[in-house]
Amino acid sequence: MEALFGPFVEFGFMRRALVGCLALSVAAPLLGIFLMLRRTSLTAEVLAHGVTPGIAAGFLIAGLSVPAMSIGGLVAGLVVAVGAGALSRATGGREDAALTALYLIALALGVTLVSLRGDTGDLTHLLFGQVLGVDDPALLLMAGVATLTLPVLALGWRPLALECFDPGFAQAEGVGGGAWHLAFLGLVVLNVLAAFQAMGTLMAVGLMMLPAVAARHWSRELAGLAYAAVGLAAAASLGGLLASYHLDLPSGPAIVLAAGGLWVVSVVAGPVDGLLARWLRRPHLAG
Amino acid sequence: MTARGPAVEIRDLTATHQRHPAVHHVSARFEPGSLTAIVGPNGAGKTTLLRSIAGLHRIDSGRVAITGIPSGASPRLALLPQQSGMDRAFPILCLDVVMQGMWSKLGAFGAASAADRDRAQAALEAVGLGGFARRPVGAMSAGQFQRLLFARLLVQDADLILLDEPFNAVDARTAADLLAVVRRWHGEGRTVMAVLHDMDLVRDEFPHCLLLARECVASGPTAEVLSAANRLRARRMAEAWDETAPACAA
Repeated sequence: MEALFGPFVEFGFMRRALVGCLALSVAAPLLGIFLMLRRTSLTAEVLAHGVTPGIAAGFLIAGLSVPAMSIGGLVAGLVVAVGAGALSRATGGREDAALTALYLIALALGVTLVSLRGDTGDLTHLLFGQVLGVDDPALLLMAGVATLTLPVLALGWRPLALECFDPGFAQAEGVGGGAWHLAFLGLVVLNVLAAFQAMGTLMAVGLMMLPAVAARHWSRELAGLAYAAVGLAAAASLGGLLASYHLDLPSGPAIVLAAGGLWVVSVVAGPVDGLLARWLRRPHLAG
Repeated sequence: MTARGPAVEIRDLTATHQRHPAVHHVSARFEPGSLTAIVGPNGAGKTTLLRSIAGLHRIDSGRVAITGIPSGASPRLALLPQQSGMDRAFPILCLDVVMQGMWSKLGAFGAASAADRDRAQAALEAVGLGGFARRPVGAMSAGQFQRLLFARLLVQDADLILLDEPFNAVDARTAADLLAVVRRWHGEGRTVMAVLHDMDLVRDEFPHCLLLARECVASGPTAEVLSAANRLRARRMAEAWDETAPACAA
């Protein structure tokens, strides 16, 4: 009990990190589900690394300031989102090689920029996150992003799902999938930015994608996937922060490892296409 | 029975893929409430023609006119595309797929009423999928999936229905059931066009026919259109493909 609640009762920074990560857990995995269903998981990775040079530029100018790094990251993220979209159109949908090139460049550029002024501690903070980094402005950013993400997704849920399932039908019915997709990419950039304080740019996508991928083993329906992903992400946030505190690990990797552990559990024990379900042969139905 | 479907008038229509015409100076007229088969060899431009009528393919020149309907409302259009563009592994239940057909009524935010759900369930029953409402689409065979798409079309309640190879990869029983749905639409006076490859089916069931080979080879009553001479001509035209063709002067 003490191990479970003690850190949060005792330390304000742990409470702030927990609240921030729970806010992210409600919003980011829902984006992850659509990224997974569109088979564009790589896009999330590219956007996450794409914000790095912007955040680094903000750091160069103003040090570890949340507003400066967020604005820099936002600008860089939007540039990369638009660039990735243009690349995708130019290459007729086979953009993965070009996107990989893009994110490697962005990451290297970000790390180089930080090394110009910061020390190894700053670099670790940028790449892997730092619970102590969740100060009040960062917490406001995380909560604000989640607060924006949920209503936009609620309104865009049908168009986004329809566009994923049957793009031809969506086009014929005038669903406006293109505009919603742009808004969606904007939300991905914002969520990656919000996640970066606690989880670092290398790990920011973890809380978005791993719970979404794991959720596939818990439901066959979009709404069920959403509930499962949010639940898994919240559990990973709590577990990861506790591990980070007790074992003195960087918080980003700890949360992502917790989410990874839940993914393994889902693959093994999940009711939908789980390994156990395959081994446990139940008698087939009569019709 | 007065027709509730619109007339479709195509005038000198050209639509291209990378400047090569897929549909080349085609003119044809489809009467209100007509049931027309669109036939022709592979690559003859049948899908492009349907997509042009639906407004999904950019028209290079010419025009498509869909005239008004007796009720005075603007005619509603539904297209059944080939299945290849869809994500059959998408986590969605059958009833929700059918409910998509109500997009024009419900839009992104409208709430579905109990009556809407009943209508979707009735459409599932009409295509022989009564017990499938809570089944995920990933578990369906190609034939069952095609039945499901027909249920969605039923719910769309369109005045002009465009079907692209509706009976491909389905067994004889499924084809017969789905054909009954097409007959029902025809009986209700909707305008229906279907891209088909089965000439016996076209002769038996479709009063009108358009034979396409990028250009319109013939259109009119099916027996006249599907003459041996016309079909031979269509095959020759489709096989002619010139990579170095000059710009069309017509």
